[in-house]
Amino acid sequence: MNKQMIEHADIDTELIPILDKVSDPEIPVLTILDMGVVRYAKLVDDVVLIKITPTYSGCPAMDVIADDITTAFKKAGYKVNIDLVLTPAWTTDWISEEGRDALEKYGIAPPLEAEADKDALLGNKKIVKCTNCGSQNTNLVSQFGSTACKALFQCEDCQEPFDYFKCLK
Amino acid sequence: MKEEIINSAFSSPLGKMPKGQKGLLYNYILGIADNSLILGQRLGELCGHGPSLETDIALTNISLDLFGQVRSYYQYAAKIANNGSNEDTIAMMRPEREYVNVLLVEQPNTDFGYVIARQFLFDVYHFMFLTELQSSKDETLAAIAKKSIKEVSYHLRFSSDWIKRLGDGTQESHKRIQNAINDLWTYTDELFHQTDAEKKMIAGNIGVDTLKLKETYYHNVSEILNQATLDVPELKYFQKGGKQGIHSEHMGYILAELQYMQRTYPNMSW
Repeated sequence: MNKQMIEHADIDTELIPILDKVSDPEIPVLTILDMGVVRYAKLVDDVVLIKITPTYSGCPAMDVIADDITTAFKKAGYKVNIDLVLTPAWTTDWISEEGRDALEKYGIAPPLEAEADKDALLGNKKIVKCTNCGSQNTNLVSQFGSTACKALFQCEDCQEPFDYFKCLK
Repeated sequence: MKEEIINSAFSSPLGKMPKGQKGLLYNYILGIADNSLILGQRLGELCGHGPSLETDIALTNISLDLFGQVRSYYQYAAKIANNGSNEDTIAMMRPEREYVNVLLVEQPNTDFGYVIARQFLFDVYHFMFLTELQSSKDETLAAIAKKSIKEVSYHLRFSSDWIKRLGDGTQESHKRIQNAINDLWTYTDELFHQTDAEKKMIAGNIGVDTLKLKETYYHNVSEILNQATLDVPELKYFQKGGKQGIHSEHMGYILAELQYMQRTYPNMSW
């Protein structure tokens, strides 16, 4: 799985099954690999070296993610050393296809392309698809949602309010 | 006013301050980060008190972004200082005179107009500043800038949008946002004042030459104000002092709240 992820990050294949068990604490249907926050994972002299990058600077989930990674590797019998890196800065492009599908099923509309995202967030175009009924007749309620990475939308057809994962490039 | 005040006039609770080039870089980092810390704290005061649920969430989201950026800056500053300080002690343990944020960010949340005007006047600057900081010779500062600018572009969009909504809204909203812009205008010039640390960092291609941004700043701000049917103030006198640690009366109250736990229970942790 996660062919996309392997293109943009440097991760030992043998470590993928362990990393894939760690989920994002804010969005439990998404693994940290699907999110693209793991930048590097290698086994060097009996120690697993891992680099993770935050989605947003103030993301409170990062500390929890680091703890969860440590626990997962300890359980699997590895020593682990985790570093937080800022560059290259995380982008929503690193969310895998599996991740985007999981987001949508979970009720969070996945990020659009940068230009479309701007149109959606300025309320210029109705292009964000409702996660409940699939209609594009949706309105922006708030540019900021329940977490820094999301905006709040409401569907005009089924009235369902839902989160939209903002594009970050 | 002496800028050396930061280095010498107090025996800082943070321990021995770095000297020379390191000291300049340290002060330069605090000059960037303190703006975000104090503005973040101001926005945090609105948690649960925003005028509507959506704006409440937006303002505290922005606050969280700013605190996140501040952590990266202070972690880096602590590494440079190498005197036992850390991100928390730098944020929580300094006396007022050691904070070098501009006066603009410490101005109170008088009403929603002031909150938005303050945010807008800072966001335009912040976005331009980070755009330049991305090409800093200092890799860590460049990395923080590259990360932060993505977030700040959302802040700028939010505050610009509200400037237009309030300015081009009702008579009352127009009057209030115009009042706020008029009142806060006097604090904008300080954004472009350069301290010794800034000048040295600019010379070393680490810092951003803010003087070069000034004209574009006023141009960009004026453009949005015009779109919002607001008048651009013609004020010619400006307030300064924050960058030298000489703050307005509001600062003490902000710090009293920010530092309360550490002062009441020294060295407490979660």
